[in-house]
Amino acid sequence: MGFYFAQFLTGLASASSLFLVAAGLSIIFGVTRIVNFAHGSLFMLGAFIAYSISQKFGFWLAVPLAALSVGAVGWAMERTVLSRLYGAPELFQLVATFGLVLIVQDAALWIWGPTDLLGPRAPGLTGVVRIFDQPIPEYDLFLIAVGVSVLAAIWWMFTRTRFGILVRAATEDREMLQALGVRPARLFQATFFIGAALAGLGGALEMPRQPASLLMDLNIIAEAFVVVVIGGMGSVTGAFLAALLIAELNAFGILILPEITLVAAFAAMAVVLVIRPYGLLGRPATSAPHAVEIQPPQTLGQTGRITALGLVIALVVLPFVAGDFVIVLTADIMIFALFAAGLHFMMGTGGLVSFGHAAFFGIGAYAAALLVNNAGLGMEIALFLAPVFAAIGAAVVGWFAVRLSGVYLAMLTLAAAQILWSASVQWQDVTGGDDGILGIWPAAWASGTTAYYYLTFALTTSGIVSLMMLARGRFGILLRAGRDAPARAQALGIDIKLRNWTAIVIAGSAAGLAGGIFAFSKGSVFPDTLAIPNSVDALVMVLLGGLHAPAGPILGAGVFALLEDSLSRLPYWRALLGAAVVGIALFAPGGIAGSLSKWLRRRREGTA
Amino acid sequence: MSTVLDVNGISRSFGGLKAVDEVTFTLNKGDVAALIGPNGAGKTTCFNLLSGALTVHSGSVLFGGHDITHWQPHQRARAGIGRTFQIAATFRSMTAIENVEAALMAAGLRTDTASQLLQDVGMAGLTGTPVTALAYGDVKRVELAMALAADPVLLLLDEPTAGMAADERQKIMERISDLVRARGITVLFTEHDMDAVFGYASRILAMDQGRLIADDSPDAVRNDARVQRVYLGEPETGDA
Repeated sequence: MGFYFAQFLTGLASASSLFLVAAGLSIIFGVTRIVNFAHGSLFMLGAFIAYSISQKFGFWLAVPLAALSVGAVGWAMERTVLSRLYGAPELFQLVATFGLVLIVQDAALWIWGPTDLLGPRAPGLTGVVRIFDQPIPEYDLFLIAVGVSVLAAIWWMFTRTRFGILVRAATEDREMLQALGVRPARLFQATFFIGAALAGLGGALEMPRQPASLLMDLNIIAEAFVVVVIGGMGSVTGAFLAALLIAELNAFGILILPEITLVAAFAAMAVVLVIRPYGLLGRPATSAPHAVEIQPPQTLGQTGRITALGLVIALVVLPFVAGDFVIVLTADIMIFALFAAGLHFMMGTGGLVSFGHAAFFGIGAYAAALLVNNAGLGMEIALFLAPVFAAIGAAVVGWFAVRLSGVYLAMLTLAAAQILWSASVQWQDVTGGDDGILGIWPAAWASGTTAYYYLTFALTTSGIVSLMMLARGRFGILLRAGRDAPARAQALGIDIKLRNWTAIVIAGSAAGLAGGIFAFSKGSVFPDTLAIPNSVDALVMVLLGGLHAPAGPILGAGVFALLEDSLSRLPYWRALLGAAVVGIALFAPGGIAGSLSKWLRRRREGTA
Repeated sequence: MSTVLDVNGISRSFGGLKAVDEVTFTLNKGDVAALIGPNGAGKTTCFNLLSGALTVHSGSVLFGGHDITHWQPHQRARAGIGRTFQIAATFRSMTAIENVEAALMAAGLRTDTASQLLQDVGMAGLTGTPVTALAYGDVKRVELAMALAADPVLLLLDEPTAGMAADERQKIMERISDLVRARGITVLFTEHDMDAVFGYASRILAMDQGRLIADDSPDAVRNDARVQRVYLGEPETGDA
């Protein structure tokens, strides 16, 4: 009995940090309608900054100062990047905050280095209290008190102060508030400051419990997304309840089966979403903004078609003229072009944003590896089944996703990918953990560099061409109809949920096929195929190439691979990538293809 | 005369407000019925309950003899209920003709009748123009063509003339009237423009505060004491 109560209190203590992060995320979303992917980065910064301050000024001064500093960082993020994107389609807001994640991560690496930093314990709270004869750390009790106090403080602010009432009003109806003469800019800045400070506080308070590390950002954001989705977007009390639920699930799940905790969080979210699609205390959004810009898809003109033909010929003759390095690099580009093409299909044509597309790539890669190594199947069958397994994964994630609005899909896919990644690291018996799975080689007939290149060429080209044809054909047109005007599409007899779900499954299986081909080309699979950076890569390729251009993913994968090849030799190149992502979102939403076709059109008009 | 739509005591509330309260009526084949009432009477909610965009809290809806009360919007559309929206909704990444083609595809039909449909609603030119570049009156025509594409049995038109210039209103109402008569489509439309209502409806349903207060021929409704009271009590609708 006492032991379980102690475990319950441990859960409550963990719930506090999670609540602080999720509350900040929720408040910011409520007011600005921006899902801040960089919120986990603010949490991480809180931990690092608190560590540094504590070295000079001690624990108790470090905590509030870290929270304030992180608040200032949040404010700066809002001023420099996000304030420019309030009117932009959802996708670009999400992508910009995603870019900030990369920048903050490399900044933290640059300032604090790669090693984990364990901060001091809280003076005065280092002992234990005995409750039911069980030792309970005093600091855990303190954290529980902080969580409850912050909830009370937020409640007081929202109901008793002018600022809080304006924040609630903005959450309810932003246009009305503007009409009443409130300057939203100031309100948004203040909201970002408070939301960020809460995340920073959460990070700083973790000091005695876990070392500050560079993995904190994505781990907490995945959990925070689960919490916010369960609690209901924009609801602070909902976030509190959901944080409690998740933390207790973790605290008790770990007693039964440690691996189950990750799945338990996702399962809890699934159950809540089925019963209450807007979360425990959430309300349906009054207006669903468009995830992507509504514009006609670009078509391949005469020039485009000739270029495409030239490209195919060049790819066919490449092994006769190029060395092994170029052949392998080109094969990699083709694999990533297929991976990106699936994402491009669901995002561009369907307006369905995925931030965890690597989940399906990774499922394909691991499925191929496990089928060959454990089930003893041949390469051909493994390559056939890889997209099937990925499609099943996509069907599960997509089933929930299509019941919700755009931002949820992005959050859900990110959470799913992060959970799969954790599973691949922790479930060592099956996945080999960080050591991965080695020795996945192609069948004898396809084992030469050139032979496997042609296999890759055949599979990826047919995959990409099929996706292009789907997007242009009846399926794609009706998918786009659902994206453009959901109510209109339904009134014409289009089952939008089914169609969107199908699109996610198709995109997932394309990623799975790419993952399977990738596994055999490298001979190994590691958890990083599932990791967030892999998802970001696909996203960058799509945006870089152009969301509305048929050649977008090919162009994007090509340019990205060449950039990566040259940039990745530089230190802190992830930050450069992040800056590029922010840059695309701010200045070139049409990507390379969009800018290129605009330039061509202008030139043609100029000469005509 | 065969019954197309049979609405039995449908209700829907939002919080404490009963937006539609025990509304009952039937539509027979060939009816062109207008649903009128002051702002907030529950007309649009009623429309959304019939098209499936909102679910009823109680009551039932029978269409062609099938109980469609719990059907999704797309299922009702496939069964033969077409609709337009108060603010015309079209696919903004497409041209006028592509919009109609998409509507035909959604119905599983061949797309070669698209230009004929656009001609039918009075849009012979501009078919290749992106809908985002069309004047609002033309957008409403495109939407009408889309709603007609699947050859619906019942057409729900939510303020077909809203946002149009006065001379245009008459033209579009005339078109609609000719089209539905030629195709034998049953129509239920809401409208603030009383000229359109009394000029084109064969039957009028009047709502007030969520309830149906009259269901009769235009002349009878014009002289109905309750309808008069509702309208005279709402001076802003007197000239609308």
